[in-house]
This record gives sequence, C-alpha cells and structure tokens, in this order.
Amino acid sequence: METDLNSQDRKDLDKFIKFFALKTVQVIVQARLGEKICTRSSSSPTGSDWFNLAIKDIPEVTHEAKKALAGQLPAVGRSMCVEISLKTSEGDSMELEIWCLEMNEKCDKEIKVSYTVYNRLSLLLKSLLAITRVTPAYRLSRKQGHEYVILYRIYFGEVQLNGLGEGFQTVRVGTVGTPVGTITLSCAYRINLAFMSTRQFERTPPIMGIIIDHFVDRPYPSSSPMHPCNYRTTGEDTGVTYPSVEDSQEVCTTSFSTSPPSQLMVPGKEGGVPLAPSQPAHGAQADQERLATCSPSDGARCAATPSSSEDTETVSNSSEGRASPHDVLETIFVRKVGAFVNKPINQVNPPDSPETGSPLQGSLHSEGSSRGSSGNTHDDFVMIDFVEAQLDFSCFLKKPAFSKDDILPMDLGTFYREFQNPPQLSSLSIDIGAQSMAEDLDSLPEKLAVHEKNVREFDAFVETLQ
Amino acid sequence: MNCRSEVLEVSVEGRQVEEALLAVLHTVLLHRSTGKFHYKKEGTYSIGTVGTQDVDCDFIDFTYVRVSSDELDRALRKVVGEFQDALRSSGGDGLGQMSLEFYQKKKSRWPFSDECIPWEVWTVKVHVVALATEQERQICREKVGEKLCEKIINIVEVMNRHEYLPKMPTQSEVDNVFDTGLRDVQPYLYKISFQITDALGTSVTTTMRRLIKDTLAL
Repeated sequence: METDLNSQDRKDLDKFIKFFALKTVQVIVQARLGEKICTRSSSSPTGSDWFNLAIKDIPEVTHEAKKALAGQLPAVGRSMCVEISLKTSEGDSMELEIWCLEMNEKCDKEIKVSYTVYNRLSLLLKSLLAITRVTPAYRLSRKQGHEYVILYRIYFGEVQLNGLGEGFQTVRVGTVGTPVGTITLSCAYRINLAFMSTRQFERTPPIMGIIIDHFVDRPYPSSSPMHPCNYRTTGEDTGVTYPSVEDSQEVCTTSFSTSPPSQLMVPGKEGGVPLAPSQPAHGAQADQERLATCSPSDGARCAATPSSSEDTETVSNSSEGRASPHDVLETIFVRKVGAFVNKPINQVNPPDSPETGSPLQGSLHSEGSSRGSSGNTHDDFVMIDFVEAQLDFSCFLKKPAFSKDDILPMDLGTFYREFQNPPQLSSLSIDIGAQSMAEDLDSLPEKLAVHEKNVREFDAFVETLQ
Repeated sequence: MNCRSEVLEVSVEGRQVEEALLAVLHTVLLHRSTGKFHYKKEGTYSIGTVGTQDVDCDFIDFTYVRVSSDELDRALRKVVGEFQDALRSSGGDGLGQMSLEFYQKKKSRWPFSDECIPWEVWTVKVHVVALATEQERQICREKVGEKLCEKIINIVEVMNRHEYLPKMPTQSEVDNVFDTGLRDVQPYLYKISFQITDALGTSVTTTMRRLIKDTLAL
C-alpha cells in the first residue's frame, strides 16, 4: 500500500508505528502490574519521551515486545496482540483479555505524518491509559497475590480470541489514519468475570468451583511463553543487559523536541513491582498458604501471615544472581507455580482448635502435659501434630521463607532451631546451681572489700540522682 | 464552526459526587492537555512531557487516570467542592449539572472585549440519591464504578473521532488557544461552570432505589 509518501515521511511513520507499538505494550503490561502507576510531567522537553508522554520502559517488556515483532511492524493481516491471563495458585489459568494493535487498508493520504499522525498517536496512548483501568481485568490485577497472578504474552500475527469464552465484549480504544493504513487499537475481554467479583477471588473455597467452568483447552498452543505482570528488574542483581540500547537511542524525531535521548529507568519499589521470590521450600510456601487461613488465635504464626502483596515484596527481596533474562522470566514463572505446590491436607493443615494452634504451643503443651497417661485427646493430638509439623518444618528450617540466604545465611533457620530446642536453664540445674553458690560465697569477702573502697563514688552517684 | 456538545449522566450517593466528577473531568482533560510549548526561532516549538497518575476512589470501586499536575488537580477540586456544597445547601432533590467548556479566544478591536468561542462542551448531569442501608451503599459503590467505566469508554470514543481541534497557534496566539498559566502542563483554554437544577420530582431517586432493591431481590 505505497503512496506518494516521501522517504523521510515513510521513515518517520515506520518509526512512529514501531515506538507506538512498544509503548502500547508497556502501558498495557504496566496497567496489570497490580500497582498504581505514577509518572511526572516535565515542562522541558527531553527528547526521549515518545509522544510527549511519560511512559516508563520496563526492559523485559520491551525485550519481549521486540522479540515478538522480530523486526516487523503491525500491518494488514499482521496484528500485534497482548494477551492478559490469570493463573491461580492451583495452576489453572484463564484468558482475561486480548489487546490488539491492527492495521487495515484504509489510507489517509492527505494526513501529515510528522504532525497530525504523531499527535493522534499520542492521543490514542492517553486513551489506552484510561481504558486499561476500566476493563474488568484491572480490578483483578490490583488484587493479585498469593491466590492468583496475572500473566501477559505478546504475539504477532493472527488474533486468537477463542480463549476468552463465549460472549466476550470488545471495546475500541481508537483509530489513527495514516498514509499506509489505519491503525486500530482495541480490546476483547471476557465478560463472565462480571459474575465473579474480586471478592470471590479473595475467598479461598469458591475459586475452584468457579474457575472450572471457564477452563478450555487452548486450540492453539501458545508459541510464546507467558510472563508474570508483577516483577521488577534490579540492574545490579541480574547482571544482564538487554539488547535494546540501539533503539532507545533513537530520538523522538518530531518537529517539536530536539534534546538528546536518555535511557528511561525501571521504576523503583514505589512504582514498580517486586522480584519473584527466591525458591522457598515447598513446605515453607505451603506453610505460608496455610498461615493465611489459620485462625487469629494462632499467635506467632499468624503474625507472619502474608496478607497482601507487601509480603510478596518481603519474600521477593531475597535476590539472587540470574543467569539470563529468559531464565529469569521462566524461572520466575516456574517458581510461582512451584510456590503453590499442594501438599496432602493431613501433612499441612494445622490443628483446628485454637489451643493447639501451633507446634510451638504444642511443644510447650507437651512439655507440661502428662504423656500417655490420662492425657486428653488434645494432648495426644498435639503431640502427633507436633511431630508431623516438625517433619514439615525440617525443610522449612533448611531454607525458611523471608530469609536472605546470601546476606545472613540461615539466620532465621538458626533461630527456629534454637527456639525449638532451647537449652535448659542453668539455674534450674541442681549441680550447676550448687557449684556456683559455693563459688559465690567464697568470692563474697573480696567483692565486699572492693565495694567498700568505692563507697565514696557510690555516694556521689546517689547524690546526683536526688 | 459548531460547538461539539457531549452530555453524561451519573446517579451517585452524596459522598460519591466529588470523585465521580473528578474522574470524568480529569479523563477529559487528560485528552485535552499537552506538554508545555517552548517556542524557538523560525516558528518551531518543542513540547514538554505529560506525566500521568492513577487515582483510586475512596467511595467508588473505580480508578481513573489524571494528568500529573497538582495545580490542575487543585483547580478542579476547588470547583467540584463548590458544586458539592451548592448541591448540599440547595435543599432540593439533589440534581445539578457541571459543564466543562473548551473555548478559543478571538481578538476583537477596541472597545470590544475578546470573544470566547466554545468548540467543545462536556456536561455532566448529577443525580444524588440517598441510601439507607450499608448493603445498598456497597451495591451503589460497585454500580457507580461500572457506570463510570462506561462513561470513560464514551469519552474515549468521542476523543478518537478526531473532530475539530484548534490549530496549533503561533507564539503570539498561544494564549488564545491554551491555558499557559500552569507550570507543568498546558490544557486547552477551558472554563467550568455549574448549576443546581430544579427538582424534577422524586422519579430519579425512586428509580435508583428500585434498581438497588431489584438487585438485592436477585
């Protein structure tokens, strides 16, 4: 669909479309991170903010988008799609929405590329910012955490809407006519989520019942892997540089801004999202899940109950070296699945009754209780569970959650071990007590002599207090 | 040139008025604001960068995006606050409307003052309902959130029709098209006005109540 476009305009248009596609992906994925996004306005043009909008670039997302595009641009019959799906802790997944950047054959030959097209693309990005907050997946993504996570996948080619279930709805974000075709941005989203409020996802029991109805085997196996929408890069820890430098150096060549480009950094903790957690022992993570459901009277264990994504952040602060970006992403993905491994109920669940809530309480209880004698059911029950919990804790202790292996190795684990098997108080031991008593008596005259020498100091001290 | 006019209606609880109006106004202004213009020689200019931020509503299950400009946000909150006060003190049935008008200034010769020519007007009609129970309020919270989602989609649809927009002005005329008084962003010249409308009877309140009761009955 070539027109009378001169080479400079054609070059500009291709660049605009390419960066528009990359920014579109950033806006969509960032809107599903689960956090509020905030960028600053700048009265001075920097030349690196495409479409005069402050949209930060997450390097992994840019990398994935470029990988999907593979040097091509969205064109007629070649759409760029961003698929957003939900994955539960049980490993079930469901497509929520497909965002499509398409091109059709309707050309606007009169339109000015470097001015009108650019400004309209900017307007379209603003619309995308607004629309990404109003589809049902947004509220779900804000509540993602331990029960489910939101994943994204970028692919190029034919749009695949089969995974959205019946009766999905479509919202058109907007269109921009160009001399080579009309760019259309739209979103198709699952609507049967409307019957599943976010509250239902917060209640653990109904999840399986609801989700089962929506799982359909994908007719087309994904050619590209899914990635979580809740990660953050740490440039220092990954030690990986993404091959995107050459593109980011391209200035937003418009008739407006002229200053040199600068690399946009990934947002910090405030605006960004945490790394995936280091590999916790399965028992540990199962314990975390378990902790979330135990009753409030379960003392210390519930104090560690993860309640929100903040705890995910705590867990994920234990960083470790990464081999490569793909390993990072795939490892993150796998770890998320592994993190929700199911263990047999009888191994995992704590005792239901509050007074036997924790193995710690159980240990105290068993210390004082008469074992095996009249021993009520609670005591026996506690003992058994204590033993089982101890077995569960063995892997937990080796590599407990929330611990930073590389900074304070086994600090938390050491604490638990010591606390579980505390040494006997020395003063309670008769032999030791007797020994120290004799020593004390012998040393008493010496101590008295020393104190008598320092009597004046003591008196002066007492006077200062009065 | 005809002025484009769009009307949106919202039915909200009293405490939701402010957030509902801000959501609509900010969404419109997001699309009608650019970065600050910096004119250079030879008639070229560069444009600053517009940042955005998400705003969670406290009384509505809704999040909207606004331009990152505290000055603009303060200006809108001020006028919305005045509207809310007027609505409360009117003693009527809680009906009012707020208009956001974008205009251009046309210089006139002395002794005539400059003419303000509107090119786009957004009117938001507000119906305030009173709810009795917490359950009704919770349902209202969700329903209003869903309705606002629809309004945002409507706004975006209008914006992307790419209908009339004032031409980019020269440096001498920029103040006739844009509000250059803000430090960080540059919206098109706009003014906001409101009025408390006469009571139209209790039909709206009754309809809203009926809607909520029907939902509960399900």
